[in-house]
Amino acid sequence: MGLEALLIEKTIIVVIVFIVTLTIAAYSTYGERKVAAFIQDRIGPNKAGPYGLMQPLADGIKMLMKEDFVPQQANKFLFHIAPGLSMLTALMVSAVIPWGKTIIIGGRSIPIQVTDINIGILYVLSVVSLGVYGVMIGGWASNNKYSLMGALRASSQMISYELPMGLSLIALLMVTGTMSFSEIAAQQSGWNGMQWNIIYQPIGFVLFLICAFAEANRTPFDLPECEAELVGGYHTEYSSMKLGFFLFAEYAHMFVSSAIISTLYFGGYNFPGINTLYEMLPHNIVTLIGVGVLMIKTLFFIFLFMWVRWTIPRFRYDQLMNLGWKRLVPIAIANIIITAGVVLLFDK
Amino acid sequence: MELNEIIFYILAFIGIVAALVTVTANNPIYSILGLIVCFFTISAHFVLMNAQFLAMVNIIVYAGAIIVLFLFVVMMMNLNDLPRVKTHILWKVAGVVGAGGLMLILVASLKVSGNLVQAQPVANIGLIHTLGKVLMNEFLVPFIMTSILLNSAMIGAVLLTKREKRIQK
Repeated sequence: MGLEALLIEKTIIVVIVFIVTLTIAAYSTYGERKVAAFIQDRIGPNKAGPYGLMQPLADGIKMLMKEDFVPQQANKFLFHIAPGLSMLTALMVSAVIPWGKTIIIGGRSIPIQVTDINIGILYVLSVVSLGVYGVMIGGWASNNKYSLMGALRASSQMISYELPMGLSLIALLMVTGTMSFSEIAAQQSGWNGMQWNIIYQPIGFVLFLICAFAEANRTPFDLPECEAELVGGYHTEYSSMKLGFFLFAEYAHMFVSSAIISTLYFGGYNFPGINTLYEMLPHNIVTLIGVGVLMIKTLFFIFLFMWVRWTIPRFRYDQLMNLGWKRLVPIAIANIIITAGVVLLFDK
Repeated sequence: MELNEIIFYILAFIGIVAALVTVTANNPIYSILGLIVCFFTISAHFVLMNAQFLAMVNIIVYAGAIIVLFLFVVMMMNLNDLPRVKTHILWKVAGVVGAGGLMLILVASLKVSGNLVQAQPVANIGLIHTLGKVLMNEFLVPFIMTSILLNSAMIGAVLLTKREKRIQK
């Protein structure tokens, strides 16, 4: 009974998380255009459906119907699997995010999380470090100089920004004392749901946010697809749904990083007054409110991603490397030392 | 068969096939991809043995960093179609004898060792808390020594890449 029930509930959670991620990623493309339109004082997509709400569907159909072109000199096998790899690594991270506390069905309390491994943060870092492959293999297999240059830029950028990302997480680990995402989320329910890690780790949060932008290849770090210099970057030769997958992976990545930022630094599913609400209302309802709150936080960060994209211009390549290695890494190390000192002084 | 055992054999099969691809592939890119798959199966074996920390670090360090470096080199040098290395027949015979001897030893040790697949993994041995305590108590000095060694190697590498100042006449 135990194993079967576990399998069934995990399958349901996996399917729901998958569908929600894809839906939000699809609607992020719509949201991106609307935000861009708002910032540039335009209207944005408004033809497909009311307020243009069917636009993602129309885009998807357009992508599928286009000719799927493969360059003659390309490495066929690698050219085909690269977009899939991109998508895979973007979606894999969502497995460790706790979307809510627990739901009690028939006396059985089910955590809303695909898997609660006790090394959740390391898992995230490892999957992020694998994100390079889709871009790199895709860029190389296209057999195009622009693609290769884009891929090299993308991978060196990702490797460089993994470092400050890992270092900023180390400082967070010192505060939380655990690597499990569910425990980190649960710890932040102190002070009636207001004890968020951002209070302890403001510098770490800023570092992590910058690195998340760089890892998702978003402006101001979108050098890999810099149109003025590289045509289209690593996906120059891609067309049809393969290109769609690359672009889609970026939005999935954005959603997942936003959820991780909300969970690690902004209390996850906790909201002010959560503990009193748990005493007043039925357990499941409050949990669902928590899930909604996490979604709102996540959507805010997705909006932030778009806001920055349409506000700040792109870095030059040397500026990017300077920022990564000469600014962020030393700041992250200083943050670790300060955090260690403070933990040593005030805790225990 | 236990579930653990089935997973073990599937992983072992994939791992060996990937390792063979790594050695035999003509295209260096396929070699590297084979190596990545091989590292993944090794990490999965670590998870089966309840050493989750090791599994993740294996992926971060090897699949995430070192293999990316290999890929960089292969892509930049464009080592697409290397000519097959021609070896003397004597070396081939020597290779076969050496590999056969190694296989003999492996098979013999497998026969002696008894049950290969642990049905119940050793609890807590590879978890991060246990590992941290062991590293910071029993093996503190070697741990610090290793980190100093790694650090000096890194600084050395940075120094080597620095441009020398031009000697003034």
